[in-house]
Amino acid sequence: MNSIDYDVAIIGAGVIGASIARLLSSYELKTVVLEKFPDACFGVSKANSGIVHGAFHHAPTTLKARLELKGNKMYDQLHRELGFPFKRTGIIVAAFSSEEMKTVRHLYEQGLANGAPGIELCGQERLLSIEPKLHDDVAGGLYAPFGGVVEPYRFVFSLMESAQANGVCFIKNFEVAKSSYDGEKHSVISSDGQCVTASLVINAAGLYADKISEIFGGEKFKIHPRKGEEFLLDRNSPARPENVIFPVPAKESKGMLVIPTVEGTTMIGPTSENIDDKDDFSTSYTNMEKIFLQASRMVNGISRRDVITSFSGLRPVLDGEDFYIEKSKSAPAFVQVAGIQSPGLTAAPAIAEYVADILSNDFGIELRKKGSFAPELPKTERLFGISPERLDELIKENPEYGNIVCRCEQVSEAEIVDAVRKGHTTIDGIKFYTRSGMGRCQGGFCTYKILKIIFRETGIPIDEITRRGDGSFITGGKIPGELE
Amino acid sequence: MNKKIYDALVIGGGAAGLSAAEKIAGSGFSVAVIERENCLGGILNQCIHPGFGLHRFGKELTGPEYAEMDIDLICGKKIDSFLNTTAFEIRNNGFVKNVFASSQEGVTEFETRSVVLAMGCRERNRGNLAIPGTRPSGIMTAGLAQRLLNIEGYLPGKKAVIIGSGDIGLIMARRLSWSGAKVMGVVEILPYPSGLARNIAQCLDDFGIPLYLGHTVSAINGIERVESVDVSPFRDGAPVQEGTFNIPCDTVLISAGLVPENELSVRAGVKLSNATGGAVVDSSMMTNVPGIFACGNVLHVHDLVDFVSEESMSCGEAVAGYLASGSTAAGEGNIAAGSNIKYVTPSKYRTDVARKFYMRSLLPLEKAILSVKCGDRILLERKLNYVRPPEMQTFTLTPEMFKDAASVSGDITVSLAKV
Repeated sequence: MNSIDYDVAIIGAGVIGASIARLLSSYELKTVVLEKFPDACFGVSKANSGIVHGAFHHAPTTLKARLELKGNKMYDQLHRELGFPFKRTGIIVAAFSSEEMKTVRHLYEQGLANGAPGIELCGQERLLSIEPKLHDDVAGGLYAPFGGVVEPYRFVFSLMESAQANGVCFIKNFEVAKSSYDGEKHSVISSDGQCVTASLVINAAGLYADKISEIFGGEKFKIHPRKGEEFLLDRNSPARPENVIFPVPAKESKGMLVIPTVEGTTMIGPTSENIDDKDDFSTSYTNMEKIFLQASRMVNGISRRDVITSFSGLRPVLDGEDFYIEKSKSAPAFVQVAGIQSPGLTAAPAIAEYVADILSNDFGIELRKKGSFAPELPKTERLFGISPERLDELIKENPEYGNIVCRCEQVSEAEIVDAVRKGHTTIDGIKFYTRSGMGRCQGGFCTYKILKIIFRETGIPIDEITRRGDGSFITGGKIPGELE
Repeated sequence: MNKKIYDALVIGGGAAGLSAAEKIAGSGFSVAVIERENCLGGILNQCIHPGFGLHRFGKELTGPEYAEMDIDLICGKKIDSFLNTTAFEIRNNGFVKNVFASSQEGVTEFETRSVVLAMGCRERNRGNLAIPGTRPSGIMTAGLAQRLLNIEGYLPGKKAVIIGSGDIGLIMARRLSWSGAKVMGVVEILPYPSGLARNIAQCLDDFGIPLYLGHTVSAINGIERVESVDVSPFRDGAPVQEGTFNIPCDTVLISAGLVPENELSVRAGVKLSNATGGAVVDSSMMTNVPGIFACGNVLHVHDLVDFVSEESMSCGEAVAGYLASGSTAAGEGNIAAGSNIKYVTPSKYRTDVARKFYMRSLLPLEKAILSVKCGDRILLERKLNYVRPPEMQTFTLTPEMFKDAASVSGDITVSLAKV
């Protein structure tokens, strides 16, 4: 039984849980984050497109719209403090007919009403001068210079690192199964019998927010998974635009985009498909054709030859399609933060403040700023694109910088060791933290090296190392009959 | 930062790099080999099966034994090897090239007059093939499985399906069977296998492993670890639902082709060929960047290491010629792929010296005639039996072939005609 009585327990270490944790770590509160996977960012946030939206897609009446703009504005400071990759590339919505231009005009009005800074309605010429990669039969569109791209994993990991550096406890492999409330605190029990006590619980459980709500006696709602498939194209793809390019949105989704990721690759997609199975992250042939068709409609140079990989994500959709962030009316000492689909990542910093306000206003919790709060994280230097002179300096400080483990993304042994020592001991966790395995060879050359480093640093035998926990073992065991 | 000066710098210490370096050193020039692994030999070190060296040595050696032959050849020659050293940048400064490489000792700047690209290739993988399905563990390239099994001592899994009938997959099918794992089948999208005929016989037929030609894995299934694959007939460029069957397994190995590793080359301004994925080179194996040469798998994917060595020795000799005279004999005219040919390399011919060319056909032909022509003039014509894309063909153009005419000029075309 965990001996600390926490003030707050946050369920879920995705972008929302991590953002809340980071903010709460600045207050005099004992906070714990409970995450069912072996690492943060393994759930909904894992497949995030990494867009910091331009505050024009949602009506001003929605909570989404208010928090989207507020969140967007908070990125610069967070970027300075935490050092995750982030860039304001600009966002474009491209229209290819006069019908589509009507929708664009509506988005423009909406953007103005939301207070989106610098938003412009563009004719063909203006739009093409802003984004030369667009097909020159574009009719016109919207330009939101304020929008941008962020690396979602490093963002979430840096939020958690900062939270932990400021005293937040992070318990991984803790799948909430039961709970009870004694009038003062919750006893939260995991599926393997661990117990954590907290005065207040925040439900940031993504796809399973409905299940968590039920466990705590909260409101009954249903999270519907909506699948989105995306393709990642090579850094050398001639199709890479300057701005994030949106088509005119469809009924349930913002459409399939062409995204210049902050890491230099190009991402196309996502699709939008309502499904039933919350475990279904599969990809398909038909969606691939859809995505390539749509992307090619908007820019030139999209080619199957440039595909590095593809993946699927599931959006946690709630009926009503807006964010559900409220003090629970049926569960005691419980805050719902559910249905956080797009623009969840953009809004995350603002959602954290909104939740802090709920703690303060609705629960009367005193939020005293911690004098010792250290907002800045030591920056991890990445080798990609580094100058030879700087690399030489790094190697002289730590020779492990000189051993390149992942050649495709230029990741050194020093960075892998750093990731393992920070608690990333699955192949996916190390991949998301360092980018090793994300390049052209997709782990073909670096995987065996990483397995050996994990073993060396942690003692976990190679045949017990997993891709992302549970039974996802990388190998199939030792060769039978070999000497130890 | 450490600075070292050499006449030639070879990037990659595998079969190609070693043969090129040996020839360069043999001509009296200073040469360094930089290798990212902790030993020389490259991919040969993990190929513990025999079958290497039949053409070159008249013996059936294992990969490490073949590598050892090359390593013995360079012992005693003035060649500096830098192990655990990874090149990450090539700066072209006209006559001089600066190659930056990192190792535990720091960054070394190699200043050189010539660079030999010998980095080999990487494997096509689940990601870039966009194989549909879920994302379980247990999916890896055949080469990674080979490394894990032969050098680290770990099985990739217990029940495998292999995607692609490339040689690496076939070799692993046999290796897995010997190691106590079961191979449920090999799935090949084309109507003919892409590996060497002898590997189909020795690795599949001999073990009763089914080969599903004209089929594709239309889905990989399993949440945490692979549980099964769906195999569908492949027609008109897409999987067909009718005739789809399921194979339970816990491992998927991918052996669907190799891609020359030219990221470093491209950043140095080297132009690549779409057909090979490697550099376009002239008659002396020099790329479009003066002083940068290429040989081995980084130039075009080979099936036999013997040809890699042969090609790389030619390259080394050409580099020595370049270092001696400051220029190369680029060749008089272009030689290009004609009908039924996927590619021909090098891309330029010479009339004054005998030169070997390497090519692959576009499709399998039982009986074919290879024609090498300049306009209407036939330079070489040869009957070939059982031509297959996975088996590289060679031919040599000699000065005699160019003799009895005033001059041969213009493009030479190589084609294959069905008989």
